[in-house]
Formats: sequence, C-alpha cells, structure tokens
Amino acid sequence: MEEVKPQLIKITFDGIEVEVEPGTTIMQAARKIAEADESQGHLVPPAMCYYKPLPTSGGKCRACLVRVAAGSAKDPRPMPKLVPSCITQVQEGMIVENTTNPAVLDTRKSIVEFLLINHPLDCPVCDQAGECHLQDFSFEHGSVKTRYEEDRRTFDKIDIGPFVQLHMTRCILCYRCVYTADQITDKRVHGVMNRGDASEISTYIEKAIDNDFSGNVIDVCPVGALTDKTYRFKSRVWFSKPEDAHCDCDKCSGKVTLWYRGDEVIRVTARKNMWGEVNEFICNKCRFERKKTSDWVIEGPTKVKRSSVISANKYRKDLIAKPDFALKLAATQFKPIDDEREYTTDSETIRHQSIENNDKANHRSLLTDNRN
Amino acid sequence: MARKILTEHINVPGIETFEVYRKQGGYAAVEKAIKTMSSEEVVEEAKKSGIRGRGGAGFPMGMKWGFLAKPEGVPRYLVCNADESEPGTFKDHHLMKSIPHLLIEGMIVSSYALGANKSFIYVRGELMYVIRILEKAIEEAKANGFLGKNILGSGYDLELVVQPGGGAYICGEETALLESLEGKRGNPRNKPPFPAVKGLYQSPTVVNNVESIANMPWVINNGGDAYAAIGIGRSTGTKLISASGHIQKPGVYEIELGLSVDEFLNSDEYCGGIRKGHYLKALVAGGSSVPILPAHLITKTAAGEDRLMSYESLSDGGFATGTMLGSGGFIVFDETACIVRNTWNFSRFYHHESCGQCSPCREGTGWMEKVLHRIEHGHGSLHDIDLLVDVAKKIEGNTICPLGDAAAWPIASAIRHFREEFEWHINSPKEATQPGAVFMGAVLA
Amino acid sequence: MTETPNPVAFTPERLAKVKEVIARYPEGRQKSALLPVLHIAQEQWGWVSSEVMDHVAEILSIEPVEVYEVASFYTMYHLDPVGKHVIEYCRTGPCCLMGGEEIYDYLKQKLGIQAGQTTADGLFTIKEVECLAACGWGPVFQIREQFYMNLTRERVDEIIEELSK
Repeated sequence: MEEVKPQLIKITFDGIEVEVEPGTTIMQAARKIAEADESQGHLVPPAMCYYKPLPTSGGKCRACLVRVAAGSAKDPRPMPKLVPSCITQVQEGMIVENTTNPAVLDTRKSIVEFLLINHPLDCPVCDQAGECHLQDFSFEHGSVKTRYEEDRRTFDKIDIGPFVQLHMTRCILCYRCVYTADQITDKRVHGVMNRGDASEISTYIEKAIDNDFSGNVIDVCPVGALTDKTYRFKSRVWFSKPEDAHCDCDKCSGKVTLWYRGDEVIRVTARKNMWGEVNEFICNKCRFERKKTSDWVIEGPTKVKRSSVISANKYRKDLIAKPDFALKLAATQFKPIDDEREYTTDSETIRHQSIENNDKANHRSLLTDNRN
Repeated sequence: MARKILTEHINVPGIETFEVYRKQGGYAAVEKAIKTMSSEEVVEEAKKSGIRGRGGAGFPMGMKWGFLAKPEGVPRYLVCNADESEPGTFKDHHLMKSIPHLLIEGMIVSSYALGANKSFIYVRGELMYVIRILEKAIEEAKANGFLGKNILGSGYDLELVVQPGGGAYICGEETALLESLEGKRGNPRNKPPFPAVKGLYQSPTVVNNVESIANMPWVINNGGDAYAAIGIGRSTGTKLISASGHIQKPGVYEIELGLSVDEFLNSDEYCGGIRKGHYLKALVAGGSSVPILPAHLITKTAAGEDRLMSYESLSDGGFATGTMLGSGGFIVFDETACIVRNTWNFSRFYHHESCGQCSPCREGTGWMEKVLHRIEHGHGSLHDIDLLVDVAKKIEGNTICPLGDAAAWPIASAIRHFREEFEWHINSPKEATQPGAVFMGAVLA
Repeated sequence: MTETPNPVAFTPERLAKVKEVIARYPEGRQKSALLPVLHIAQEQWGWVSSEVMDHVAEILSIEPVEVYEVASFYTMYHLDPVGKHVIEYCRTGPCCLMGGEEIYDYLKQKLGIQAGQTTADGLFTIKEVECLAACGWGPVFQIREQFYMNLTRERVDEIIEELSK
C-alpha cells in the first residue's frame, strides 16, 4: 500500500521557493534548500543554540532571527518582530527574508556583539579554534572591532569527571549540553545555576557526570567551554586529519570520526553532519579509550568542506584541486611582496615598525568598519 | 468623589474578614454567576466590559478568555498573576492585603467562566504576609460554601491554591510564571504555543493580573455594559494607580480612566501636587519599564491637548513624545532628581532581573548598566550616549520576552528627553557626581 | 548562625506542612511544591545548604540538581549562612527618590557592615534587594515576613534596638 503523504507547504525563502512538510521550521526549510544545492549554503541562518537532534533546543541565542514578510497566503501580513527561524513553523505561502533583508543582517551583527562581550577574544590560545561555531559566526557576521570596554566575566576551570573540562568563561549559555544531559540520562547532575549574565553551567558541588554517554556534551558545545581532557592542547584541529571509522560496540553505534596526527589517533569524536550536528551519540568507551587504529575499521577520510581550516595541508593535491576559475582569479590578484625595507635584528627598529604596522592595520579596520 | 469599583469598601473596618465583606455585598457575584448564568454568559460579560489586562500590556481580558482552548478531557487552569514587581507599582499588594476576599471572589467567578476546577494565585514570595492573609480568606470562603466541592449546591467544584514565588521579577511574565509554578527556573517560554493552548502542565491556561480579576465581581453584578460605560473610549472602567516619588501624598488611588493627568497629579483627592517648594521635572507614568516623560509633555500632549490617564492618551505621540499607561506605576520626579542616576538605577534592576536565557537581554542589560554606571560615576565619554541608544535598539524586539524591551525603553527615552543631563555628567563629572549635588532628590531637602 | 544538622530532617509540624503543600498539585506534579518547600526549609534552618536541598529533592522525588538550579535562580533563598535577622533593603528607584540611599548609608554605617556581610555578633545581615512593591511607602526594608516602611534615621534606630534585645 502506498503511504499517504501529507500535503506539502510551499514557502519562499530569500526568493527561493521550497516545499516542505507541515510542521517544518523555517530553519529546516532553509536547510532543505541548501541540502539540494550546496551553493545556497550561505542562505541558511546560523544556529548557535539550536541543535536539531536535541528536540527542546533553540530560540535562545537569537542568531537565526529572520523577517517574515508575509505570514501565510491566508494572512499575508508581515510579522511585527523578527522571529527565530529555528522554532518558527512555516505556513503555506509564507515569505521569509534572511540574507535579503538588511535589518536581519544588522541584528545578526549585534547578536555576534552580544555573544562576544563576555567571551574572551583569544582564539589563538583556545582549543576549540578552527572548529568553533562562535568563531565562524563572528567571522561571517560580526564586526572587526569591539565596542565593549567593560570587564568580562570570568570563571575558574572545573573538571567534570575525569574526561571533561568546563571553562565557563567561554560558555555562551546555549543550553545544548543541558539538553544532552537530559536526553542521555534520567539522573541529571549538571544544569544551569544562578541567573542573568551570572548564569553558569555547573554541577554545583562538582559532581562528576557519571554516565556512559557524558562525553557527548563536548561535541554539542559550540564553543570551547566543554573540552576533551584526553585531547586538550595535544594539537590544533588543522594539524589533524579526520577519518571515518567504526567498531562493533555494545553501547553505541560505534560510528565515529578518528582524528590523526601522523599515525597516532589523538582524538575520537562522534560524526557531525554538514550543519555541525551529531546525529548518533557515541559512548565514553569509544571516545576516550579506543585510541588505537587497531580498535577500528577505517572507512576513509571524513568529508570536510574545502573552505574549512581542517582540510588545509592534509590531502593529496588531486583531492583538493582548486577549480579553474579560482586559479585564474588568484593569478590576476597575485602580487609579489613588495617590501624593500632592510632586514634588521635591531629590537628598537622592530618595535617601531610593528607599531607602525599596527596603526596601519587599525586604520584599515576603521575604513572597513565605516563601509558597513 | 469619583466612582470606585475596587476600593469602595476598602476602608471599612474588618473588611479583610469574610463576615464584614459579605455584609458589604460580597460574594453576590458568585451567587449570581453560578446560580443564574452559564460560563459562556460570564465570558460574554467580560467581553462586553472591554476591560483590558491591568498587569501592563493592556490586552482585552475578554478576548484573552475567548482564546482559551477547550479540548475534551483536558483540565484548564486560571492563574492569577500577583507577582507584582515592577518598580513603581504596588497596587496589587495594597488590594490583596486590604481586601483579600475581592480577589477570591473574582477568582471564583473567573474560574467558573473558564471551566477551571483548580486555580492558582501566584504571589511574589516577598509578600509572604499577604499570602497568609489570602490563605485565611480562602479558608473562610471554603467554610462558607463558596469554595471546594459543589459550590452553593451547583455541582461546580473549585480549589484555590496560593503559590509563593521565590524572588524574581521575570516571573511576572506569564510563561515564566507558569514555569515557576511548575517548580522550575523562571525562564520565559518561546511563543507560540501561547498559554491559552499550552500553559500550566501543558494544559490550556489563562493568566490574569490581580486587578483584572478583582474587577469581575462588579462586572457580574452590574453587567459588562455598565462597566464599559465608565472610562473613556477603549479605556473602560477604573484603574488603580500606584503613586510614588516627589508628591505630597504617595499611595494607591482608584481613578476613572480618562481623568486628566493634571488633576490626578495636583488635586488633593489624589497626589496632592509636587512636594512643597519644588517643581515637576519628569514622570514615569506606568511603571519603570515605560518611557519617561519630561515636564512639558506630562499634562499636555505634543499637540497641546490635555493628557488623560488612559491607554490611548498616555501613548499619544508614540515613543517620541508619549509613553504608556502600563501597570499604573506613577513615579514623579521633581527638579532635585538626577535622571542619569535614576536611569542607571533602573538599568541595574533589569540587569539583576534578566533570566539569562537569550543573548541580547542577558548580555545587553549588563552592558548598558556598566556604561551607565561609568557615566554616573564620572567616567563616561560622549560616545557612550550613542552607544547606549544603539545597544538599547539592538535589544528591543529581539528577545524571547518583553523584559528586553522593558530594559531598553527607559534608557532610550531618558536619553531622548534628557540628553543634556547625560552630557553634563560626562563633561562636568566633578560637579555631577559630588555627593549631595544631585542625589536622587531627597538629600537636598 | 545555624548549622544544618546531618542527617537533615524537617520538624514534624513542618513536615506535615510540606506534605500538605505537595498534595495541592495534580498527581505527578509534585515538583510544583519546590518553591514553597524551599521557603519552609529556609524558615527552619535560616538558609538553604546543599544538604537541605538534597533532602528537599528526595522528598519531592526529583534530582538534586533541579533543586540547585531553582534555588540559585531566585533571590530569596540564602545559599550561605546568614545572621539572625536578614535586612533585605530595597535599592530601586522609587525608594531612592524618598531618600532610600541616604537611609541605606546610615544603616550600613550603624551596623558597620556592607551588603552581603553579617555583623560580628551574628545578629544582622544586610542584603540588597530590588523593588519590594511598596514604593509609595518608601524607603523600605524587609526582615523575614515583616515590612518596615517610611524609614527614617530614627525609625532605623528603633528597629535595630528592638531587634538587638
């Protein structure tokens, strides 16, 4: 017997029509467009708190706010405020503006600013750099300058059990880890304490998360607040090479990504989809204890976006061959470095030159900023 | 004397007891509603009355009741919002402690209208003594057959529960209140779904302010049309105004909507004018969240018409030259009040009360407070003023609940109307921050 | 200051009250009793220690972290030991207009402590709170359930003297 399919709903997102099932959110509709045509990936609203595999997540960070220019075919009035696309369901005939609406982009820029005012701006020393969603979000939507001159909130690092370290200073309170903990266990021991900007993810009395799946909080964390203690500062993510692998595990699916440096497995994570989400949580044994190639059946290199720093320097040339137009573009824009200043080892000269360079850089950033 | 609906008997000795309240005609509305009216008819009277939510938003109460979903076999709840915490507002506090049975009676007829068999009064935890007064009133009503099983032999059952809060302004937001009532952190929910569909325990729920519910006995006794005849235009009925600040007679007053601001502020029946020897500088008309108005826009609108105490007249001119009736928290400032210090004080309040769920409010309220703190303490710079305006604009409208707006509006309006005072603080930090110079008024006296 | 005994237990009267509170809510919704039960606990011990919170969690059949999350969200629960009388002083705008800041300075000077501190004799703790919904009767502070309104220096003297007895 043929399954009766529900009537599909047609919406327009940034001028592109897409048909989705009733109950779909705007975010999922946008992702559907990008999944069908990868070149439209830039249209998809960013998600800092929303995480599809965690059903109650979303609606908090406001990074994905979009404008609904027409609510539905029946009631084509625009919605008065920007709406969070991750939790707003589509209606037949809805018209949504994301990258096509300057007010949306302006608001998004301010969301980056809000998330960064209490977040340290020290990516170079953070373990998450290179795979940090906040870093990507700031790079794509943020401003080059900060207007925040006040003190930032800081916390001490806390060990949550033998494998996970919590550094609240970096947390953006997306609540993903709390929802993960809710999902993997009936006996939750970590949650959100205090309120407002003093809120912190905590176990209150530093209880370990004693659960076979607790390591997954590391993968769902969009920033460097929850990190893998067996991996911390062993490498940078762009120096390691991800390979998909699996094993026969009695606790989880056993489907993982192994992160190699040379021949050594330095980290095991769950597999992430193109939206950076983990669909199948893995157990702590796979994550923290199976760190030999012989523990695993290797499937092959993990698909990584060419634009990601993770793909840098690791694959054979033919795998990362640049398309023709890019080579041509590069050729037209290539200029040899034109610096005729004398090579010097004198520290005073170096200091002056560096101040001068900084000034130039600052000046450039001011110009870029004014342009926006 | 103007007409009183809520406070007519408030000064009768012993009115807090069932006996005296009943002698003054109390609980007649319960008898009338339960014995002679269907629940739909009660809802109809609420709609006719045109009464608008008295908690601050001013949403028509009858319409809100009409939205309540009624799926078979699912309980429905009425929750009374007595989490009064908006700075400048203390009317519900006054009403509940003085005449508790009025709220109980209102809860009974309203619960009957909505078909709720268990209703809650969520009172802010700080008012524990008021909770005890309400619990005693409930016991008395129960002992006299107005609560409990089979009320007045009608077959209608109702249990009333008084729930204490734990100290959080945000629980005045209706979905945060419901979360709190479920024993959780007071984090507002994303809407939709609205409480009318999924509220307390995921069941259809109506949340109404104390004053809104306390009006219902009168509406039942006299009819919705009679209520709608009071007031002006779409601002029907009377309103409790909490008056505070630099006036002769601070306190809670019941006014007929449409009274002129000038009369309310200056007549001896109400505020009695600005305290002696001083003059009016500014007014916050509806609780700390609403925009502040400078003296020249208080008794007259920008168009030169008399400003009235009504939803429409107070918001005349939009935010450029108007404000809002809000919860009726009427805070008056004379010339000794420092607007910068007051704005910082309010911003500290919102920073303290932000739940921390969504990023614009969590981070933005703290940011604004810190900048205002700097300006107030003599470390500001002129671009801080524009920064504040911009941050407030970025918070407004982009948050899960209205607390973000409530934090942004007072700051934006203070700068809109009193920019020179901010500039003076920045340019002359010594004079402006000298203790006692301009120190929130009272010190100078 | 009260130390919480180990094992923690409510007095029989308070336990009866706790059970009565739990019975108010629909079946399976006993978590709703959390805020009122924490108030009862604070009434008994003066503050809410983690042992007390664990005990409350047990009574309500919920996880301890659910209690910590809630107790730390709301401002009325003292998560550290406090003095015999906690003076909860309103610091919000309308009270300040009535001279609240000056009276507050006087109070702090009189007791020789700052907000969050307890006097050496363990009698008074000052805690700054936001609006207590008594703006027309300011300046205001609250000690347990009692509101002290229209404060003046003389009134503060009287109250402190009365409570020091």
